[in-house]
Amino acid sequence: MGKLKVATCSLAGCFGCHMSLLDIDEKLFDLLELVELDRSPLTDIKHCGPCEIGLVEGGVCNAENVHVLKEFRSNCRTLVAVGACAITGGIPAMRNNIDLWDCFQEVYHYGIGLEGGQIPNDRELPLPFDKVRPLNEVVRIDHFLPGCPPSAEAIWKFLTDLAAGREPRLDYEMLHYD
Amino acid sequence: MPPEPADSAMACDLPAIARRWGNDPANLVQILRNVQESCGVVPSETLDQLARLVGVARVRLEATASFYSFFHADSHGAYEVLFSDNIIDRHAGKAELMQYLCERLWVEPGKVSEDGLVYVDETSDIGLADLAPAMLVNGLAVPSLDKARIDLLAELIRSRKPLAHWPAMLFEVPDNVRRAGPLLGEPFEPGAALASMLSIGAEETLARIEASGLRGRGGAGYPTAAKWASCRKAVGDAHCVVCNADEGEPGTFKDRVLLASHADLVIEGMTVCARVIGARRGLIYLRGEYRNLLPALGRTLERRRAAGLLGTDILGARGFDFDIAIHLGAGAYICGEESALIESLEGKPGKPRNRPPFPDRCGYRGQPTVVNNVETFACAARIAERGAARFAGMGTPQSTGTKLISVSGDCARPGVYEVPFGVTVREVLAECGAKHAHAVQVSGPSGTCVSFQEFERRIAFEDLASAGAFMVFSRERDMFEVARNFTHFFAHESCGFCTPCRVGTSLLRNIMDKLAAGKGSPYDMQEMKRIMCVLRDMAHCGLGHTAANPVVQTMQKFPEAYERRLKKLEFEPAFDLDDALETARLITGRDDEWAHLAAD
Repeated sequence: MGKLKVATCSLAGCFGCHMSLLDIDEKLFDLLELVELDRSPLTDIKHCGPCEIGLVEGGVCNAENVHVLKEFRSNCRTLVAVGACAITGGIPAMRNNIDLWDCFQEVYHYGIGLEGGQIPNDRELPLPFDKVRPLNEVVRIDHFLPGCPPSAEAIWKFLTDLAAGREPRLDYEMLHYD
Repeated sequence: MPPEPADSAMACDLPAIARRWGNDPANLVQILRNVQESCGVVPSETLDQLARLVGVARVRLEATASFYSFFHADSHGAYEVLFSDNIIDRHAGKAELMQYLCERLWVEPGKVSEDGLVYVDETSDIGLADLAPAMLVNGLAVPSLDKARIDLLAELIRSRKPLAHWPAMLFEVPDNVRRAGPLLGEPFEPGAALASMLSIGAEETLARIEASGLRGRGGAGYPTAAKWASCRKAVGDAHCVVCNADEGEPGTFKDRVLLASHADLVIEGMTVCARVIGARRGLIYLRGEYRNLLPALGRTLERRRAAGLLGTDILGARGFDFDIAIHLGAGAYICGEESALIESLEGKPGKPRNRPPFPDRCGYRGQPTVVNNVETFACAARIAERGAARFAGMGTPQSTGTKLISVSGDCARPGVYEVPFGVTVREVLAECGAKHAHAVQVSGPSGTCVSFQEFERRIAFEDLASAGAFMVFSRERDMFEVARNFTHFFAHESCGFCTPCRVGTSLLRNIMDKLAAGKGSPYDMQEMKRIMCVLRDMAHCGLGHTAANPVVQTMQKFPEAYERRLKKLEFEPAFDLDDALETARLITGRDDEWAHLAAD
């Protein structure tokens, strides 16, 4: 049996979930026996090919996030929302209670120490949404892996379950955060 | 006579209001109600002053003031008009009438008019489904709305006529009793049940209640005698009797009728209970929407005190002391749950307690408390008065006696029907003149949706347990929209204490709205099923456990109503991706291809 193809990305997240993935430490060797990474910040591959599993960290806060997420959805057989931001919007979604106009004004015009500030409008900058959304409001999601971040053990258990063709199942300890 | 307006002498005199309620933080809900009524708002500044007056931290006042929908910190103008938003009101043309009124008054729903005169919005069911559509004006019920009534209302509001001078007929609420039985139909002499009880003794009276097989009329059907007996035995310094008149289940209005026209029977039932459990204090928790019933209820209590039926040494029995106070709710459905109701009576946000301990051991102010439905007390009075045999002989072996059914919706004769337990849905439908009934929602949104194939089912605790609502839907009605209205209701009324319910009810509502907008896919149906399981298994109280019922049941019994809406095979977002970029486009002035997201 060939290795499973896995793609990962971080949208409106902090890369903390990716760091937690790396925290599986020496099991990384076992993991690389099982899977082959496609598009991922770890490989720096820019676009996704057909994959078995897609792991997406972070919510959707701008137009580029949508393009990436849709690319994952159309290429990955199983798409997993990893971590609090992907599942609920998380910390970035705290801006949802602030009007986008006010937000821009504060950041580029009226913030302390700002003078003659301009709102950037380069076409290469991703355009932000009025609200940050969880992934499942934009595309169909097959699994949710909660945690901020999910622990290394939880990620390991989740991936090995998926790789073995089992329905991923996390014990209470792995979902208990305080 | 229209109901009495708020006591204007008290207008915003906070120390007087607080004094009236003994400066007791346990009466906070009542204090805030008085502030709201006399000032028209609960201004943020008053909270500091109130906090000092009742001696608690401001944050406790904030918690209570922000919990109840009838309290608000921003002015709603001189006239606050709230349309009842039950599905029955909608079917009766509420939306059109609301729009019509808004046009006549030049206001937008949910916004105070520019001159600060009027505010028009909607509220959860107000207990007038037999007289739908209906509304509350400054807290007082105005039933049977039509264009003519709306014209009149608009005129009265525009001419700034004080509510006290409005035509009384606007506030008239007929009982609509269509069928009366032993409970409603036979005369009752105030004091008869008490005299009978005093002659046979409290113990024997409890035995009578037990022999009658009386079960709680609020829907759960807990044996009344068992509750009373357990409370009687419970150790405490101040046993308490609480009448749950927070009839919030949409489509239910039989308690309204009992309190309006049979208050003596209800109060006498409470007094009988007081004797049985040894209570000196009684409380009626009257839902805020029934504010119009308050003056008459107060007079009934006065009359009974004067007649020696309340107060000290009732009917000359030495040491039989009992009196009743009325507490008003402030627009929170959850307060119908008995432990949330007690929290509210104690001046706190109406959040259900952990049970056990149940109120019979630890209720109002930690004392043994019996909480019963209005109708249960009325039944208890009849049983104390006339003995158990007749009561036990009616209905079915497991559900004895009669039940008051509140019939509304698509039928010729909506109103209250007193029927023996065990009656079939079909029989009730025939009696109320529902010719083309397609479905009946029994016991409100948290109850059971009965399809036309199940009309032989019986109203009884062993089949269709019911608090009394009986909403009839004819063939033309869209059962998906019925369920959607109920999901909005639960999302609004969730108390927010536990996450499964607070979030789950909102997610359900959002997905139902998504389906209604034609953006639903089979994936969304799966999501709803998942949320239902979470609600049922994880929610803290009955509200959450049953909040998904309308969706579960209509999905199962009227699948075509859902399938018709599943236009997409593939998942689609509920919102328009390109629209969500519009604000940023305006801010940055961009319109290039990367500033847009094409639909798939």
